Amino acid sequence: MRTRVFLLISIAVAVVVFFGARMVNNDYVFFAGYTVLQFIVLATAWNILGGYTGYVNFGSAAFFALGAYATVFLHKFYPLPIPLLIVIGGVVSGIVGFGMGYLTLRLRGAFFAIATLALAVVLQTLVVNWDYVGGSRGAYIIRPNEIAVIGPYVQYLFLLMLALVVIALTVARGIERSQLGYGFATIRDDELAAEASGVPTLRLKLVATTISGALMGMAGAPFPYYIGYLQPSSAFGLEYAVNSIAMPMIGGTTSWVGPLIGAVLLGSLQQIATVTISSAVNLLIVGLLLVAFVIIAPNGIIGLVQGWTRGRAK
Amino acid sequence: MAPPLLEVTGLSKRFGGFVALDGIDLTVAEGERVGLIGPNGSGKSTLVNCICGTLVNETGTVRFDGEAVDGLLTHERTRRGMARSFQLPRPFATLTVADNLRVPLLYTVNARPGRALSAAALDARCVELLQLVALADKATQLPRDLTQVEMRKLELARAMAAEPKLLIADESMAGLSQSEVDDIVALLIRLNERGITIVLIEHIMRAVMKFSQRLIVLVSGKKIADGRPEAVIRDPEVERAYLGQ
Repeated sequence: MRTRVFLLISIAVAVVVFFGARMVNNDYVFFAGYTVLQFIVLATAWNILGGYTGYVNFGSAAFFALGAYATVFLHKFYPLPIPLLIVIGGVVSGIVGFGMGYLTLRLRGAFFAIATLALAVVLQTLVVNWDYVGGSRGAYIIRPNEIAVIGPYVQYLFLLMLALVVIALTVARGIERSQLGYGFATIRDDELAAEASGVPTLRLKLVATTISGALMGMAGAPFPYYIGYLQPSSAFGLEYAVNSIAMPMIGGTTSWVGPLIGAVLLGSLQQIATVTISSAVNLLIVGLLLVAFVIIAPNGIIGLVQGWTRGRAK
Repeated sequence: MAPPLLEVTGLSKRFGGFVALDGIDLTVAEGERVGLIGPNGSGKSTLVNCICGTLVNETGTVRFDGEAVDGLLTHERTRRGMARSFQLPRPFATLTVADNLRVPLLYTVNARPGRALSAAALDARCVELLQLVALADKATQLPRDLTQVEMRKLELARAMAAEPKLLIADESMAGLSQSEVDDIVALLIRLNERGITIVLIEHIMRAVMKFSQRLIVLVSGKKIADGRPEAVIRDPEVERAYLGQ
């Protein structure tokens, strides 16, 4: 299937999802759905670096927060339309992703993961001490209640995030089937052999950190409008780092479908748990599921399915 | 006389206080079949790694195809026509056998100026290379399903896919049976007849003697002999290094 066809199909699915949600006629569906969609983007973005090239990023929250704080910064400066803010958030996080990649990609395995974690801590410290964007007090963003054509503002945000999902999935799938995808896979498998086969590993890793970072920043840019009050501890929250890793792991990291399945499954479960039990139970669910999957299906749901079809073929 | 394809002069490499290579000089002419032997730990693989850019040598220069390649990264050297296989096969484990060959085609052959292959041509080239090493029926399998000798053939095929001028085969026969060794030697000679210069690093003397037109001997990071195979193995110094006194 060509990328253009895939794009059209995913747009069609997105339209169905949007109007399906409108049929329910309850704003909470949009409120909860937004979070799930946001996690699809984050998980997909994480997977471009973590799944395709095998470099585990523990600093997802930093990129997400960068997008969010770029919005806060610009909001105080001059209010811009959200789609533009998404682009700006993506550019800012993409640049930081490139920089982080340049500084840390000579590290491998756990050392790279620790370096990304350090980036998150450093950025959070910076934001906490930066008064202009609210510092540790946080920043309020008063969003309008309604918007023309669509109606309730939360529906507008939902629609934007839906568009981001379409973009993220198309990018991820496009990478997978391109020369870039082969290059990423060789980095995951064996960097020395990759270089010997002519793959410019450092350059490709920088491409991966930049795209991955940019998509996370784009996911974060509308967040202040969604949440209304942004503080460092929520933007840099542990749940973003943990979920962006857990969702692709549970879904399967080798394909764009994995993060999608993982995010929908885990994201929905968390939303349901938040309403029925308590929001504190979220990370417990993630932890338990992750442990279960590491034992039962180390290659995620995709791996399970592939195992079945392979077994049947033999 | 045409300049040599590969020219190494005064190459030294140390790991901490240990001198792994000490002022190595060697040349390989175009179209030649050279054997490189030496006891374990004599620096053969280190020399390959320095020539290919995986390791950085402290002194000395490597000239390839008339140009100095010092300071170039491994993938840049590969693109200039220098390919190597690894001592222990390092296939791309999550890619199929055919896709393992697609990588150097995409990143080396297509990266050279003015000759990008179409998708169909890529597929055809993969099949052709697999036939060359008799792996065509394993194209869709993963490397973990291959036997040891198939894995080594894949390793060679992947190096070949880059369409190199020089192929450095690092112990591609260790641990194989006699008939398998003959198989690989025949394959390497076939490749050489196609015009590829080959440096073979090997312990199995039967294979080395059958293959090489010239033999270079490394002992403790120094080159102690370089010449016709029959003469080199009778060299007293070489005998001493291999058999002790």
